[in-house]
Amino acid sequence: MVTLDVNGTRHRMDIDPDTPLLWVLRDELRLTGTKYGCGIASCGACTVHVDGVPMRACVTPVSAVAGKRITTVEGLRTKAAKAVQSAWEKLDVVQCGYCQSGQIMAAVALLASNPRPTDAEIDFAMSGNLCRCATYLRIRAAIHEAARALV
Amino acid sequence: MNNLKIENESRRDFLKAGAGLTLALYFPVVSGTAEAADKAGAVAKFEPNAFVRIGSDNTVTVIAKHLEMGQGTYTGLSTLIADELDAAWAQIRVEGAPADARRYNNLNWGPMQGTGGSSAIANSFEQMRHAGATARAMLVAAAAKRWRVAAETIGVRQGVLTDAQGHRATFGELAADAAKLSVPDSVTLKSPRDFVYIGKQVPRKDSRAKVDGTAIYTQDIQLANMLVAVVAHAPRFGATLKSFDAAHARKVKGVVDVVAIPTGVAVLARNFWAANKGRDALDVVWDESAAFRMSSSEILQMYRELLDKPGAVARSEGQGAAALGGAAKQLSADYSFPYLAHAAMEPLDCVVRLGAKSCEIWNGEQSQTVDQSNVAKVVGLAPEQVKITMLYAGGSFGRRANPHSDYVVEAAQIAKAIHGRAPIKLVWTREDDMRAGYYRPAYVHRLAAALDASGNPVAWTHRIVGQSILVGTPLEGGMVKNGVDQTSVEGATNLPYAIPNLHVDLHSPTLAVPVQWWRAVGSTHTGFSTEAFIDELAHAANKDPVQFRRTLLAGQPRHLAALNLAADKAGWGAALAPGKAGEKRGRGIAVHESFNTVVAEVAEVTVKPDGSYHVDRVVCAVDCGIAVNPDVICAQMEGGIGFGLGAALYGEITLKDGRIEQSNFNDYPLLRINEMPQVEVHIVPSASKPSGVGEPGVPPIAPAVANALFAATGQRLRNLPLRLA
Repeated sequence: MVTLDVNGTRHRMDIDPDTPLLWVLRDELRLTGTKYGCGIASCGACTVHVDGVPMRACVTPVSAVAGKRITTVEGLRTKAAKAVQSAWEKLDVVQCGYCQSGQIMAAVALLASNPRPTDAEIDFAMSGNLCRCATYLRIRAAIHEAARALV
Repeated sequence: MNNLKIENESRRDFLKAGAGLTLALYFPVVSGTAEAADKAGAVAKFEPNAFVRIGSDNTVTVIAKHLEMGQGTYTGLSTLIADELDAAWAQIRVEGAPADARRYNNLNWGPMQGTGGSSAIANSFEQMRHAGATARAMLVAAAAKRWRVAAETIGVRQGVLTDAQGHRATFGELAADAAKLSVPDSVTLKSPRDFVYIGKQVPRKDSRAKVDGTAIYTQDIQLANMLVAVVAHAPRFGATLKSFDAAHARKVKGVVDVVAIPTGVAVLARNFWAANKGRDALDVVWDESAAFRMSSSEILQMYRELLDKPGAVARSEGQGAAALGGAAKQLSADYSFPYLAHAAMEPLDCVVRLGAKSCEIWNGEQSQTVDQSNVAKVVGLAPEQVKITMLYAGGSFGRRANPHSDYVVEAAQIAKAIHGRAPIKLVWTREDDMRAGYYRPAYVHRLAAALDASGNPVAWTHRIVGQSILVGTPLEGGMVKNGVDQTSVEGATNLPYAIPNLHVDLHSPTLAVPVQWWRAVGSTHTGFSTEAFIDELAHAANKDPVQFRRTLLAGQPRHLAALNLAADKAGWGAALAPGKAGEKRGRGIAVHESFNTVVAEVAEVTVKPDGSYHVDRVVCAVDCGIAVNPDVICAQMEGGIGFGLGAALYGEITLKDGRIEQSNFNDYPLLRINEMPQVEVHIVPSASKPSGVGEPGVPPIAPAVANALFAATGQRLRNLPLRLA
């Protein structure tokens, strides 16, 4: 049995401890906002927060996050998160949208640690998140927009 | 449009459901397929399929016949309807249309439903406006009747009808009345000066759901008792299944079944992770006696040998190749292009529920009519019994419009193998997505040209070698003529430059590597070779690359306008700011037409002392006719540039002894945020019918970068991806 704290709700689950968190979120808890893209921590589509830190759910065994505070895109509630989501909407960042949950989770984590990132700091923090539609210019602009809104 | 027939669907079915006004528009069906289409229609008429539905709750639902895969079509189709309807943007919802070629066919394709070739807005521009204008006219008629005033005295603005006597009603308040009226014989579309949304910025209709995680893709579908299927595919193309032992796989907790299907062995489980573990535990023996075993180097060598032999003629003007001799100066250059993977962020997936009399599919559906037909054959049903729910696709870039319906048929085969006992969700892992086939074909090109004493090109020949995408598919009859697959030569046969002697020919060798169109199709390679080679001619003629093109484009006003706009906005001719010590900088240009849209791009590059380079800035000019959604156009140019740049920098699928060498993003890198250049997009003003924007941003970027690298270093790069020596 593994106990998971996801978006403020505790779940006691009978699950193989080596199962990646991603598939527990998606197939067991039906939180499908977190996406499968590569399975090797190379694209960032599965990014979630564990105790506030961005992590790749596709390579994180569920046993490693037992009892820790897990936040998915469905559980975003903070002012910073709302600012990021609003900026994404205002600038119409999305195209296919499949990577965007992960992009937003990464962006929220960035602003939590660095409220006014430069372009270079954004690129450094976001370079693990692939977007095949190449919405990168708008991602960068939306992070700046959210940072301004939070001042 | 004269034969347009509109029916008031609400009179039949929807009034009962209280849905308000629903309009369906019918177009005459191409003869020969009318019977099949009528059959489909007979089944479909009980479904809520139309283009616009106005509810008593004041919502306007746009029923989108095209797949939203990121290109913005849900927003674009809504814009067209909302404008003629004079709806408020906020009251518009979008719903994907069911599979029904009689109602939802792509007007550019005849009796076929599907999305591709950057055709969504181009084929829908008048159709959707008619739908909106007709609904508006019926709401006005309903108001006129209720208020006992002349229709001409009623105005509509932002979803509200008013008249001079102070009457006022919303769409929702009039929907039930409007549903009882007959459809007007004709409506007048707005003059462009009256457009409310067309040409203006409107928020995307899919932003909210894609920002809060609620957007549903195929990967997210969960049905009761559904099993997840993962397939063990053969390690080489052309290999077949000899035997398998499922004993270990069946011991994995959660694995329910293991079945052989024509493409391999499917492991079915309660969830993805169990299915994947089950596949790892599977023992499979493949018969590789007939398997494809060539390596990329051998394929390219075989192609290069074909460059010396005449191919099937795709276009010939003047004296063709004979005109090359005797001119003052002759040039020739060979180019090579690797196989490319689509690598959409959502790996391929498909949900199928097979019953005795129906086969239901949930899919990021790009090719309804073809998929219905191919699946129907597999499961022994009629095409109209194959029902498709079109979901958002997490990218596609052409991959989800496979003429063989490969992964959709694979999902149907699995459902069939378990006799429909459970709905199944087929999931391809990233490795499956990259290794199990369907690539942009590899090509080699040879271009040759002759310049006269003044440096004007007098002859141009272009030979292309590469697999045909369409031979052996249901689309072969329409698009392969006299041995020439149009998708292999597009972008080369319509060379815009005024050169009196022109010859384009083609070899289409047959190999077992599965190939398919990839965003911008033929122009992904012809756009490169023609625009890189014209740059070489300009240099040989000792002329500025923009001025050289201008002279040859005198009879091509759209190309000329895009070229000039991009060059002007980029400051062509002014010196680039110098780089840091040891760095070299350069600027290059390319202009190319694809899918009736002309795009010119100027790229600025910085080359570092170690030979690595960065594309700093791209200035883009696009002529796509009337700009329906300017911000979506900008987004598609930005995205197309990033997509094309990723391929220019890294894109390469290689084979070794028949096996694909790449497996995931670690060895098939894509463009990342730190590599994205600044992009400026300028739209050429136009009053012409709109053309597409999903693909045309891609072709010019690689040649613009190659030409910029030449300007910076003097090296001509003729092989993709672009690596400096």
